[in-house]
Amino acid sequence: MKSMFSGMAAVACAMMLFVAAPASADIKVGAILAETGGASFLGGPEARTIRMQVEEINAAGGINGEKIDLVVKDSAANPQKAISFAKQLIEEEKVIAILGPSTSGESMKLKAICEKSQTILMSCGAAEVIVNPVAKWVFKTPQTDSFAAQKIFMTMNDLGITKIAILAGNTGFGKAGRSQLKKYAPQFHITILEDEVYDKKATDLSAVVAKIKANKDVQAVVNWSIVPAQAIVAKNMRQAGWAVPLFQSHGFGNVKYIEAAGEAAEGIIFPSGRLLAADVLATSHPQKAVLGKYIADYMAKYDGEQASTFGGHGFDAIMILAKAIENAGSSDKAKVRDAIENLSNHAGTGGVYNFSATDHNGLGIDAFEMMTVKNGKFVLYTK
Amino acid sequence: MPLELFSQYLFAGITYGIIYAIVAIGFNIIYNTTGIINFAQGEFVMLGGMISISLNSLMPLPLAIVCAVFITMLFGGLLEIVFIRWLESPSVLRMIIITIGLSIVIREVALHIWGDGVRALPYFTGNVVSSVQILGASISPQVLWALAVCSIMVLMLSLFFKFTSLGREMQACASNRLAATLCGINARNMVTFSFMLSAAIGAVAGCVVSPITSTQYDMGTGLAIKGFTVAVLGGLGNSMAAVAAGLLLGIIEAFSVGVGFPLVFQDAIAISILLVILFVRPHGLFGNKEAAGLKEF
Repeated sequence: MKSMFSGMAAVACAMMLFVAAPASADIKVGAILAETGGASFLGGPEARTIRMQVEEINAAGGINGEKIDLVVKDSAANPQKAISFAKQLIEEEKVIAILGPSTSGESMKLKAICEKSQTILMSCGAAEVIVNPVAKWVFKTPQTDSFAAQKIFMTMNDLGITKIAILAGNTGFGKAGRSQLKKYAPQFHITILEDEVYDKKATDLSAVVAKIKANKDVQAVVNWSIVPAQAIVAKNMRQAGWAVPLFQSHGFGNVKYIEAAGEAAEGIIFPSGRLLAADVLATSHPQKAVLGKYIADYMAKYDGEQASTFGGHGFDAIMILAKAIENAGSSDKAKVRDAIENLSNHAGTGGVYNFSATDHNGLGIDAFEMMTVKNGKFVLYTK
Repeated sequence: MPLELFSQYLFAGITYGIIYAIVAIGFNIIYNTTGIINFAQGEFVMLGGMISISLNSLMPLPLAIVCAVFITMLFGGLLEIVFIRWLESPSVLRMIIITIGLSIVIREVALHIWGDGVRALPYFTGNVVSSVQILGASISPQVLWALAVCSIMVLMLSLFFKFTSLGREMQACASNRLAATLCGINARNMVTFSFMLSAAIGAVAGCVVSPITSTQYDMGTGLAIKGFTVAVLGGLGNSMAAVAAGLLLGIIEAFSVGVGFPLVFQDAIAISILLVILFVRPHGLFGNKEAAGLKEF
């Protein structure tokens, strides 16, 4: 084995003598995404999108003449796996940046590792804690959950809703969302009357729906969870004949969830990036072109599979990195990092990004639109 | 607690309970003939749901369900023939590990075939928002479907085991495999039949509950744990007891929400009950101590 390695190394050295001088090496970029496992609805579209975009960039001749060499690792949403893959990517593959991970929990584990090894991390996790407090090398592309919570409360203020019930799944996403809701409720003069956390694998929530329904003062319900509970809450509420407005988190942004909830999805109100509203955006909107192209490309490449906001997080991660490499004029990771921090007015799928030394997400509350479901389709919410 | 709320919790509990009970019945049938717990039982439920959903786009709902049940049944038999039948006097532990392995493989294969999306069959009557008023509670008609299907299934199973020769041969294998073999019963075939039967029952369950719970590739694990708890609670091998235990657990879970027990610990109730039963009454609430003593596991 050893002799084989040294033999290979010798051949490689010899080859490098011939080719090393003119062509610059490829840019190594790693990605750690939950392609399988419980968060595969996030990691799957993200990985497919990133592969698609890298192919496109390389087919167009790369960035500044350098091609991207992408290494994707499947963490299955397991933080321990994510950590070992990150170490492997950093130490062995010597990547300049890691795209992902898909979940907030994994991202928090990698925050310190990337900071220490000075590797760029472009997280696809939603939680605000990933970039607050700011870590020098850590960025994230999805809209922040605190803005989602505030956007929901702003809509409630418009509707004159002041007393609500919160339901949340016991995932990292659900817990983070619930704490944001509780944090911002007083600012918007909203009282939380009922507050329940359920298991992420719950298959029927009619008992808890009965419980909160018994509280006659509840004017609206906010559910903060991932599939399939999002659909189950909606079904159980409608079956119980309870017609108060149901708000969901920005995790509801996938057409599949409407299918899962069927008619019960009608009228659900939730904040979302503009990906779902791409076809109703004004042509002058800065995101219009990028969204239209991404949605069409993804559908063409993956046999009619509809693009989701989650795939969009992957799109933004790779495209921000590519733009920063282009702006830096180099693939030196320190220069690229500075270029990300200086990136402004970058239209992505999640919004228009304006990064700064203190803002490593680059999105404001205006990245969200309130959406609702009408006749089985997502439409912009109007009062 | 007002009557309306009481009956709402009660029916929520019955909904949970039926689902657990049907899974537990599947456990019991295989346990009866082989003495093992088939941890891939939850996967049969998932397969039944998934296959019927796929077929439903090609054919009417009742036909899709029948075909899905039939396919899952054949699949159950095939699993037994390929992975278990040829083992020479396998230990109980070895067979259990095989079924756990199979459940993982089936789950991953399902992920590749159907993806990670949540799917559901259409409601058998009405739609997702329709409900029936009973004792002041609003319940989905699908719950009544599940209740009816479960009752018919339990009834037919007990008739099958009492009055058909195949059923009685399976019973004989359950009581004493050696003696049954000496009487000319092919015990290996009985094991295959039991896998087919429990796969079919799992698939029926998967179809009936799909509109209520939705079907996802990894739904089997959670169901298997609850079903196992219920099977042990009722007394392993006793299908009627499984129904009673299932309803009991479901109703306890539903009312625990009502009295303010944190919802997120709902699963802890099932596991605590399982532990208590294993310590105090390992033969189950309705089981017979002497009969349980004769079993290897």
